[in-house]
Amino acid sequence: MLRLLFEKKGNAVWISHLDLMRLFQRAFQRAGLPLTHTQGFNPRPSVSIALPLSVGVESCCELLDFDLDGERVPYEQIRDRLNAQLVPGVHVLEVYAEGARKLKFLTCLDCAVTLEYDRGVPAGAKEQILELFGRESVPVEKKSKSAGIQEQNIIPMIHGLEIGQPDPQTLVLKARVCCQNPALNPMQLHAAIVRHLPELAPDFAKCARLEIYDNEGNIFR
Amino acid sequence: MTDLKHRILPTVQKPARYTGGEFGEVQKNPADVRVRVAFCFPDTYEIGMSNVGMRILYGVMNRMDGVWCERVFAPWGDMDEAMRKYNLPLWALESQSPVKDFDLIAFTIGYEMAYSNILNMMNLAGIPLHAKDRHDLKGIVFAGGVCTFNPEPLADFFDFFSLGEGEESTVEIIDLYDRAKAAGWSKEQFLREVAGIPGVYVPGFYRHEYNPDGTISAIVALDGAPETVTKRIVEDLDKAYWPEKMIVPSTEIVHDRANLEVFRGCIRGCRFCQAGFSCRPVRKKSPEVLYRQAVQTLAYSGHNEVTLSSLSTSDYRGLKELTDQMIPYCAEHRINLSVPSLRADNFSRELMEKLQTLRKSGLTFAPEAGTQRLRDVINKNLTEDEILCTCAQAFAGGWNNVKLYFMLGLPTETDEDVLGIAELVYKVIQAWKENAVNKKRGLRVHVATAYFVPKPHTPFQWEKQITPEEYLRRCRLLKDHFYSKSIEYNYHAPALSRLEAVFARGDRRLGPVIEEAVKKGAKLDGWDEYFNYSYWFDALREHGIDADFYTTRGYGEDEILPWDTIDVGVSKKFLLRERRRAYEGVVTPDCRHGCAGCGANALLKEVPCDA
Repeated sequence: MLRLLFEKKGNAVWISHLDLMRLFQRAFQRAGLPLTHTQGFNPRPSVSIALPLSVGVESCCELLDFDLDGERVPYEQIRDRLNAQLVPGVHVLEVYAEGARKLKFLTCLDCAVTLEYDRGVPAGAKEQILELFGRESVPVEKKSKSAGIQEQNIIPMIHGLEIGQPDPQTLVLKARVCCQNPALNPMQLHAAIVRHLPELAPDFAKCARLEIYDNEGNIFR
Repeated sequence: MTDLKHRILPTVQKPARYTGGEFGEVQKNPADVRVRVAFCFPDTYEIGMSNVGMRILYGVMNRMDGVWCERVFAPWGDMDEAMRKYNLPLWALESQSPVKDFDLIAFTIGYEMAYSNILNMMNLAGIPLHAKDRHDLKGIVFAGGVCTFNPEPLADFFDFFSLGEGEESTVEIIDLYDRAKAAGWSKEQFLREVAGIPGVYVPGFYRHEYNPDGTISAIVALDGAPETVTKRIVEDLDKAYWPEKMIVPSTEIVHDRANLEVFRGCIRGCRFCQAGFSCRPVRKKSPEVLYRQAVQTLAYSGHNEVTLSSLSTSDYRGLKELTDQMIPYCAEHRINLSVPSLRADNFSRELMEKLQTLRKSGLTFAPEAGTQRLRDVINKNLTEDEILCTCAQAFAGGWNNVKLYFMLGLPTETDEDVLGIAELVYKVIQAWKENAVNKKRGLRVHVATAYFVPKPHTPFQWEKQITPEEYLRRCRLLKDHFYSKSIEYNYHAPALSRLEAVFARGDRRLGPVIEEAVKKGAKLDGWDEYFNYSYWFDALREHGIDADFYTTRGYGEDEILPWDTIDVGVSKKFLLRERRRAYEGVVTPDCRHGCAGCGANALLKEVPCDA
């Protein structure tokens, strides 16, 4: 099995997880890199992307596992040939095989949640938000297909959070959160502010995935 | 700070439809562009990007020097609402710039129930709806597509129509515009000149006059405009432009595959079918050219499926040669080859087995009518034996799924014909009982009936549409005669087909009705989620228009028809003769068994008709 690290930015953030799989399958085909196929009644090209990214979220640390049919192609060539066939915003950074770890060891990620205040960041916002995430329990509604809407305390899934203010209208929450068993959708940080500090609800919020880690805090590849 | 559009995108379904940026999209340097064309498809991205005609013309325009053609689609309801709420004008995908900034605004119209989307898109773009309210050379609005073979209901809104196949005429139109813009012509001057391009119909150059009974008394050509405008065709398809580099959508579309058109026109002459007559004459592409284009198209796009399309692919003479070449190529590259609309003949059965398409899609037949008598009337030469024989073979091969499509309300139809559908379905079930290898898995027969809509340029263009009440009675009659649990019966609701009939044979008096319905909120009428008959019902009533005039009344043979100005190549004399034969129950053999004299071959100068 081979793995590649790619980023998803710009307009590509609007491409859904399933569509992105199809997009990669076609890029491999165009690049003349035939994918192996699954066995069975309906063979499918073997590509899988770890940790599906929500639509609208950008990332510079996405992993895609794949296998190639036919003769071995040097990894740099796979990267370059794919990049020539991908859309703006989707870019392969690295292809590798050695050292690719099982995805079950991928447990945490760093995210940045950007809060935009059109009339300027309210006074004391930073302190109030830090106070909120310093509490023992911050319940947020979680929607799931099977269980419907449930209350979820997000604090145990946050391992560190800091706030920066790059300009007078923007706050950026950087947090390390759990991403597998259990997983916290970073946009829940925004939801927590809207629910518990409604006067600090921003005019717009967006999110980015910055880095992924194993449970010992090492960067996961 | 994030701009308004990017704040809206996370709140709507499938935002990738609105951003552009797909593989194969054409970007140009605005400094090198003299003519900007906003190419609008009046339905959603998923539908529009599946349209081969749009793909071809996008390529045709973008390979012109100094011309940049960009795509525009109808937004889904959630985006539509957000755009109105925040005053965000409709934009084109490639440059993301507003449609109102473009030189030319082109629509391709393939379905009458997209008319509301056209006006809705013009509203969202912020351009005046009426041609007479647009005074400048900039922002001229024109249209092509099969609906423009009777464009009269849209006459108020468009500056001109481009009739027929656009590979050549679009270039002529845009070249003229390029010169007009450089020379600083007025809009009037441009319209006078563009009317001289064959296939271009300027509705403003014609005056329609009416009799007291509502029928048309005269169509007056003004200022030396031609009495009739003949549609354009491309004669030699092997030499016609084909876009090998097609956009590969980043989000799933309806026909998410490569699509090759193997020929144009149709030899069959089913008397209800508009495409079958209006797309004549028959012109083929050679298997060598198709194979080359298939390989180039697939290599560029990376698709894992390719379709050989046409109105009746079994009638393509080069089908064996082409599939013999395609099958090994597709197998090697793990590409699915699909060949839709095959007839139930022996070669097709073998081909289906080779392609294993049965496995995926099951069997589909469109007998259209339940009895041989009525099938003779409509000239649909699919016999019961062919259907039952193909079914028996498929059942013996382990398949257990059949789809059967019919129409109700065809000319001369009686209850006996309606019940004939039930009988045919029972014979299919019987064939399964006699041939099925694994009866435990059961059988599914999907039966669907549509409400017959008489269309212009067909032998049935004068026919009455039955009333919605009568249509529903026939649906219920049929339903009451389906006893088996294996049958799943669906019938189209009549409201949409009634409106389709109004606009298909409509005249200029319907313009205000469309405008009114859109004002009330009509949009995305082809989608159950949005179709609301009351908008249309009220709009018709308020403008004092009786839908029955266009539907159940029927048109007189000596009546001036709204689309009489438009010549698709098939003569009215031929259509009348076919109508007589329909009433006599006499079939007209397909064109390969002898030319029936439709007249469309007169459109050809360089090559003979390939029927």
